[in-house]
Amino acid sequence: MSFLSASQVVKQYSGHLALDRLDLEVPQNSIFGLLGPNGAGKTTFIRIINQITAPDSGSVLINGEKLSPKHIHHIGYLPEERGLYKKMKVGEQALYLCRLKGLSRPEAFRQLKFWFEKFEITEWWDKKVEELSKGMQQKVQFIITILHKPKLLIFDEPFSGFDPINTNLLKQEILRLRYEGATILFSTHNMSSVEEICDHIALINKSKKILDGNINDVRNKYASGIYEFSFRGYFQKLAATLTASYEILETKEADGINTIKLRLLDKSLSENDLIRQMLNFGTITSFNMVTPSMNDIFIKAVGDARNQE
Amino acid sequence: MSKIGLIIQREYLTRVKKKTFVIMTILGPLLFAALMIAPALLAQMEDGELKYVAVIDDSYMFSPITDSTGKVYRQILKDTEYIKFDYLYGMSLDSAKAQLPDSKYYALLYIPHTVVNMEQGEAQLFSYQQPNLGLKMHIANCMEKHLEDVKLIEKGNEFGISQNQIGEILRVVNSSVELYTIKLGEGGKETQSSTEISMILGYIAGFLIYMFVFMYGSQVMRGVIEEKTSRIVEVIVSSVRPFQLMMGKIIGVALVGLTQFLLWVVLTFGLVSIAQAVFIDSVKVENMTQVVPGGTGNTLNDNEQVIDQGAAEFSAMFNSIKAINFPLVLGMFVFYFLGGYLLYAAMFAAIGAAVDNETDTQQFMLPVTIPLVLGIIVMVSAINNPNGSLAYWFSLIPFTSPIVMMVRIPFEVPIQDVIISAGLLIITFIFMVWLAAKIYRTGILMYGKKVNYRELWKWIRYKN
Repeated sequence: MSFLSASQVVKQYSGHLALDRLDLEVPQNSIFGLLGPNGAGKTTFIRIINQITAPDSGSVLINGEKLSPKHIHHIGYLPEERGLYKKMKVGEQALYLCRLKGLSRPEAFRQLKFWFEKFEITEWWDKKVEELSKGMQQKVQFIITILHKPKLLIFDEPFSGFDPINTNLLKQEILRLRYEGATILFSTHNMSSVEEICDHIALINKSKKILDGNINDVRNKYASGIYEFSFRGYFQKLAATLTASYEILETKEADGINTIKLRLLDKSLSENDLIRQMLNFGTITSFNMVTPSMNDIFIKAVGDARNQE
Repeated sequence: MSKIGLIIQREYLTRVKKKTFVIMTILGPLLFAALMIAPALLAQMEDGELKYVAVIDDSYMFSPITDSTGKVYRQILKDTEYIKFDYLYGMSLDSAKAQLPDSKYYALLYIPHTVVNMEQGEAQLFSYQQPNLGLKMHIANCMEKHLEDVKLIEKGNEFGISQNQIGEILRVVNSSVELYTIKLGEGGKETQSSTEISMILGYIAGFLIYMFVFMYGSQVMRGVIEEKTSRIVEVIVSSVRPFQLMMGKIIGVALVGLTQFLLWVVLTFGLVSIAQAVFIDSVKVENMTQVVPGGTGNTLNDNEQVIDQGAAEFSAMFNSIKAINFPLVLGMFVFYFLGGYLLYAAMFAAIGAAVDNETDTQQFMLPVTIPLVLGIIVMVSAINNPNGSLAYWFSLIPFTSPIVMMVRIPFEVPIQDVIISAGLLIITFIFMVWLAAKIYRTGILMYGKKVNYRELWKWIRYKN
């Protein structure tokens, strides 16, 4: 079942179409990657979910209900453009922002204490934000985003500016939040940063969705039939038999081991057929199916979309 | 607590807790109190030490008149408690000037022999310090009086009138008129009014509104820019509506302004009464401080026992102060302060939202600054003619009415003028808040874009 469902969402800024009839289904309890280059319309869509701006037409449902102000309390949002009041004390500020999300003062205080202890930042409570480093500030921001236990978490370019240690901490926390039942929406133009933790993705380009679905389905759909293997034996003879149904892309030789990259031309053949042929001429030392990266898929999908126009 | 309440609370507390607010709140009343007390205090203190003045009298008209034994029986330049005149007979001006630095003399008065010939006599006072006003006035008064006497006696001789007769005539003709202005109210009610006090009150009220609108309006603008540049605004507008954030800020800052105003009023009166008790004890000054509204003053009856003319003046002033409707003036001040502030703060908020940093605000500040400055300019002329057409029209136009109307109110404005002006102000600020909210909503999430008026107009027309 979809936790978040958008249908035919259109948003136009004077003369510029930011979202063009966007349909999107974010399954319950998934980690959903909203991918696309800068200016594709990701932030506009996220602002619509956060009710910062309203769509010109189309509808957005959360848990089957039409988006309304009461949902604000169920959403945690870490925007791309994020910051804190520089002159305000960390604790005071965290309390304020959590109370704006609808938590009562004692509840917000109790939760903050728990998280500050967990992240080992209790001694920052009375410091001014401007005294903290950027990474420290982002930890505080992350806590503020998740503190009110939102059912839907939205992270816009979450890892930009995080150091690897904090990125890792963040990823762990995100996985834990998913485990506890939250649905998570990632938005990024840096596709490799999230492909390992997303289980669903949608690609948006120039205000249109060009691809979406389960990440494995998407990968399989764009599986290119490229294999890479290392081989010891009668390479020339093997190569001669392969050229009928394969396009050899690259060959290398080192210490009597040949490494070959090739593409399957005849779609009726499988990996097993290839391996069977190879065994006639020597020994296989490694065999890999080359999976396309999200970046490759994206470039291909954009190209396909352009060709269809 | 509601979300807008939370925002108001944060805006209010962060500002009130700032050091600059505390300093301004303390310094303001000190300054006001100093302005009120200083003249009285200076008048008391300026003649604190005895000053010797050397006199070279080339006209021989101002030297003391002595009897046959050489005892002075009449001084023309009268010695006072703090001023002593010494006559340097037979000394030239140049040598007296040369000796002045090493002598005990504070100043050297030179009276040329031509002093009597001219309609306006001239004399010179040499000193190394700027002589105070009291000294100058004392010398000039003594000389004028004597010259008048001399001329009178001369003319008297010409017409055959004796000195005694002249004295009699002068006593009879010496007249003084105190013009009491009495305002006629409904049902023949008469109240004493004082134009001067209304003017001062109007001026202070108008200027305070100008100052508060500018000071707190730009605080709103800086607050919006701060939220934009620190990039916290998107976090907040994911929890509250941009309109709530804008209004919360505007209202929070308004409360800071009212707090400061209230503290200023209370502290100023407190300081004035303390200073009055500690430093000033003469009757005259006590009477003077009664101009402070709400001060614990004597009743009219006490004043009537004093027949001194100065005291009578003060009692007249006191009456006219009593005649001013302070609750009305104060009430109108709060109304026009809030109305004017809301109108301008909305514009300031919109400007803050439209720009990326404070240096970019210049191009938008001009249309906001011009009406305010115009209000101050018109205010000055409206003080002299509070019911003239200039004052009338500018007290109706909402962009200047908070300043100009405040000048008119102590002069008792026709009630329909106030109603029209207040109504227009309310309508305009509601409209302006609505307009500003549209610019604000788009502007706060817009970065790195050079914004011009055309762009603003586009934002206004955006749907939601």
